[in-house]
Amino acid sequence: MTTPVLDAPPVLEARGLTKHFAVHGTVAAGRRLLRGRAAGPGPVVHAVDDVSLRLMPAHVTAVVGESGSGKSTLARLLARLIMPTAGDLLLGGEPAPAGQRRRIGYAKTVQMVLQDPFASLNPVHDVHYHLSRPFMVHGLAKPGADLDDKIAAALERVALAPADAFWHKYPHELSGGQRQRVAIARAIAVQPRVLIADEPVSMLDVSIRLGLLNLLGDLRDREHLAILYITHDIASARYLADQIVVMYAGQVVESGPAVQVTDSPAHPYTQLLLSAAPDPERTTPVTLLGRGAPPSAVAPPSGCRFRTRCPHAMAICAEQVPPAFPAGPAHVSSCWLLDADVPRRRSADPDADGHRPDADGHRPDADGHRPDADGHRPDADGHRPDADGDRPDLGEEK
Amino acid sequence: MAVGIGIELDSGGAPVPGAVSPGTVPGRRRSLRLPRSPKMLAGLGLLAFFVLLAIIGPFVAPYSPDQIFANSPVPLPPSAAHWLGTTNLQQDVFSQLLVGGGDMLLVSFLAGVIATVLSVVVGVTAGYLGGWTDELLSMLANIFLVMPALPLLVILFGFLGKTGSNDLFLVGLIISVTGWAWGARVLRAQTLSMRNRDYIDSARIIGERQSRIIFREILPNLTPIVASSFLFTVLYAVGTYTAMAFLGLVNPDWNWGGMLFYAQGANAELTGYWWWFIPPGLAVALLGTALVLLNFGIDEFINPRLRAAGLTRRSGGGGRGRVRRVGRSQQFALTPVIRAGGLRAPATAASFGSESEVLP
Amino acid sequence: MSAAVSATGQGERLLEIRGLCVDYGQGPAAVHAVTDADLVLDRGEVLGLAGESGSGKSTLVMAATRLLRPPGVITGGEVRLYPGDGSAVDLLEAGYAALRVLRWSQVSLVLQSAMNALNPVMTIRTQLTDALAAHLPHMSGKQRRARAVELLAMVGISGDRLASHPHELSGGMRQRVMIAMALALQPQVVIMDEPTTALDVVTQREILEELKDLRDRFGFSILFITHDLSLLIEIADSIAVMYAGRLVERAPANALFRAPRHPYTLGLLGSFPPLHGPRVAMTGIPGSPPDLRMLPSGCAFHPRCRFAVDRCSVDAPPLDAAGGSRLAACWRLHGDGPVPPELAVPEPDLVTRSTP
Repeated sequence: MTTPVLDAPPVLEARGLTKHFAVHGTVAAGRRLLRGRAAGPGPVVHAVDDVSLRLMPAHVTAVVGESGSGKSTLARLLARLIMPTAGDLLLGGEPAPAGQRRRIGYAKTVQMVLQDPFASLNPVHDVHYHLSRPFMVHGLAKPGADLDDKIAAALERVALAPADAFWHKYPHELSGGQRQRVAIARAIAVQPRVLIADEPVSMLDVSIRLGLLNLLGDLRDREHLAILYITHDIASARYLADQIVVMYAGQVVESGPAVQVTDSPAHPYTQLLLSAAPDPERTTPVTLLGRGAPPSAVAPPSGCRFRTRCPHAMAICAEQVPPAFPAGPAHVSSCWLLDADVPRRRSADPDADGHRPDADGHRPDADGHRPDADGHRPDADGHRPDADGDRPDLGEEK
Repeated sequence: MAVGIGIELDSGGAPVPGAVSPGTVPGRRRSLRLPRSPKMLAGLGLLAFFVLLAIIGPFVAPYSPDQIFANSPVPLPPSAAHWLGTTNLQQDVFSQLLVGGGDMLLVSFLAGVIATVLSVVVGVTAGYLGGWTDELLSMLANIFLVMPALPLLVILFGFLGKTGSNDLFLVGLIISVTGWAWGARVLRAQTLSMRNRDYIDSARIIGERQSRIIFREILPNLTPIVASSFLFTVLYAVGTYTAMAFLGLVNPDWNWGGMLFYAQGANAELTGYWWWFIPPGLAVALLGTALVLLNFGIDEFINPRLRAAGLTRRSGGGGRGRVRRVGRSQQFALTPVIRAGGLRAPATAASFGSESEVLP
Repeated sequence: MSAAVSATGQGERLLEIRGLCVDYGQGPAAVHAVTDADLVLDRGEVLGLAGESGSGKSTLVMAATRLLRPPGVITGGEVRLYPGDGSAVDLLEAGYAALRVLRWSQVSLVLQSAMNALNPVMTIRTQLTDALAAHLPHMSGKQRRARAVELLAMVGISGDRLASHPHELSGGMRQRVMIAMALALQPQVVIMDEPTTALDVVTQREILEELKDLRDRFGFSILFITHDLSLLIEIADSIAVMYAGRLVERAPANALFRAPRHPYTLGLLGSFPPLHGPRVAMTGIPGSPPDLRMLPSGCAFHPRCRFAVDRCSVDAPPLDAAGGSRLAACWRLHGDGPVPPELAVPEPDLVTRSTP
């Protein structure tokens, strides 16, 4: 599914990104090994399937999803920590290059901040070392005074000052929020054009989350960064992002302007998320729109993957993957409910006995009879009208 | 180094009011924060004693170890002239003991160093690179692990011959051949787990080269494990060297294994000449104990839970009442209640049904 | 003493904590994890305990149930349980045997890591029946198994899952099993420490709805600990807020949300972006929660408080009445300077929560 086209060329674009992980260590895998190539591809985890995304400058795109939705895998694909099974990545319109030397070029343009502030900084190195690495690897500063100045500038950009109070500190001497700021400083030190933030505030105390989100917003406004903000908290996505992309079971199910998606969600999964999210302003009790758990990633349902939990599931949902239908200005949703043919599809569904309508749209009645070409059904004795349209009276023979 | 207090700025550049963030306890590098646990201090002290012994032993020994005294076929018990008696050749046991430490420590530490270097190179490379490299190196380590050490050493030392087994460096090298594989496996496992840590991913995202990641990001985190593995290997070398000397495969003059070799040859244990074989045996055991205690200390450093359970007295004395050591047995009992003016014992399973008592 | 009156001012007192002090370590280097905590839980009430890291909320309940491990020590206060037959049990004075009886039959616990508290090599059936066997030795094996099926049905898991091992169940189901185990002996108090934090928001909502149903059926009280204040406002009857080891505010949930009285509560409420309405810039609270080893002098919140006055850096304010049955610990409310308008919003009408 493609996100709607916005003006200005995207800095980073993903087209049809797919990532399947092989499932190891099963008996089936062992058997396959013995049978060799003839066995065919084994079971895979469908982490990400056919995801397309565009990251625009000075724009925050939020990817909202629960665990198992594939959002973290998507982040790693975009940062090129892992390679896709299929699909393309375009940096500034050109295909992203492979190979070590070109990889450094990619690293200079696309950077990432990880979720766990306690794990993303090596505990044996101090802040000065951590911030010096990006400059040294990319040859952006000379060791000594030049490097120190640049490090001080980076710390100032994330509002940690005075710089020399921080740079001799070790990660365990900093608070969670400070560590995360150091991680952001490290990422933006090389002046990238894209910043991928994988759940950057989920592990921080509640009262300091907004400070960091505001910092990301600042970076978008002042430095025109394209930011990909990944989260499971739709409220924070609404706060920070310009655009929200909703993922479910490895696929994009809805995409649109942040406020619009949260005010008028078009996809049943988004509606479910919003009904489940804590909302103190809520006046009526919660009605969960859909139950159950996310599907198995190894054997996802056919067609629309949400259909097993969807209260509006129709026959076609099991047959075909829904394309992206428009649901408003710059707002799309992959749901058959938005198809213009919905009423027709609804009535084409099998009834309780499992009968489908024929080509004229007629269903069998309780006795299992369908109307003939003239549209007549047999009466209780099983008689149909003759060419003149007469029926025998009940009980009489024709 | 000035311990500064960091201040956060708002978007206008002015300090955010009240945003002084002292963070956690300021100051020292992580590597110096070794716990002063009793085990560690005991181990360190004992080891220091042995090192001292090895260094000054030859100078302090009253006689030369092979100097023969009286002409008696029977070893003489300890006396004023011979503090630990004599061997059956009338050599002074005490001098032999003092002189015996040097070779032992030299060979053991040498073997430890070589084996540790080998295990680091093989283990970390296998763990980080994965794939075929990992398969090959793991197979190599597994072969050496599975091979029975003693027969291999017998063969190798036999190969070396008389002159070769006098060369301490060669002896250390051969011992290390049988001692590196275990450490390699441990380090490989640690590297595997570390490879997926976020800070390694961050280094890759920044664009660091693989070699730099291995040496500057992963290895420094493995220091405690490498140290522990080193001590363990030294311990192994001490035992192996003693055994080799005891079997006569390496030159028994002069080390503690050699003393045992001679003592055993004269049936000292059967005839009760305890002053001949007990001192060297005890010395080896104590040296091993020192290394083990040090290892426990490093274990406590790596695993903070062990630290909390074992230590206490640091905070005692200055507070109210007597501070009681909270031992391991009380981890499964109730949270202690301590009020001013006396100590209440936490109720344990033993005080079934009774109210808590006040300790005198 | 007003501090001992429950916030709702009604209902029977079930669990009472007064002046509890908990330290980690002893002597001058001791860290004061909880200081002078007063908490009252009524029968059938859902009491929420909100706070961030270092607030002491988990330490408080672990200490009150005497489950806190060394180096934690209780250095003062009282904890009393009123089982309803007129007696009172002093949990801090009780011996091991008495507490063992109380635990699980009167007071049970569901922790955040409860999902991982299930033994991976034992089936669910074994773990449930073990818990029953430990407390009800007179039950036969058959009765225990039947009860296990009953308990699982209570939380919406079919009986054929009894033969599964924990890794075969999803996180949400494992947490449900833990809740079923906690209710096995029909305790009067269920203490839950971040029970749904590690779960998806949809699973979280399902489990909370089920919990509400169970509470309506069995009438137990819930002490619900979490950092997610927005969730507490929806599910709790009253809420107590902790900061740096002290209680700073206590009020009925709706009143706390509409009319906070403590600056920290105000700031915390302003840290949750809304799901509706126009987007406005929000700031959360500047600075970060303090390190308990280096607490600021006086009121621990004063460095981050925009209403701080001089006295705040000198003395710690007591938890005193703040209108009705509400409690708040702030000098601005107790005569030291005018009350800021943000903290003087009139009380909302006490509407009874609309439950279906």
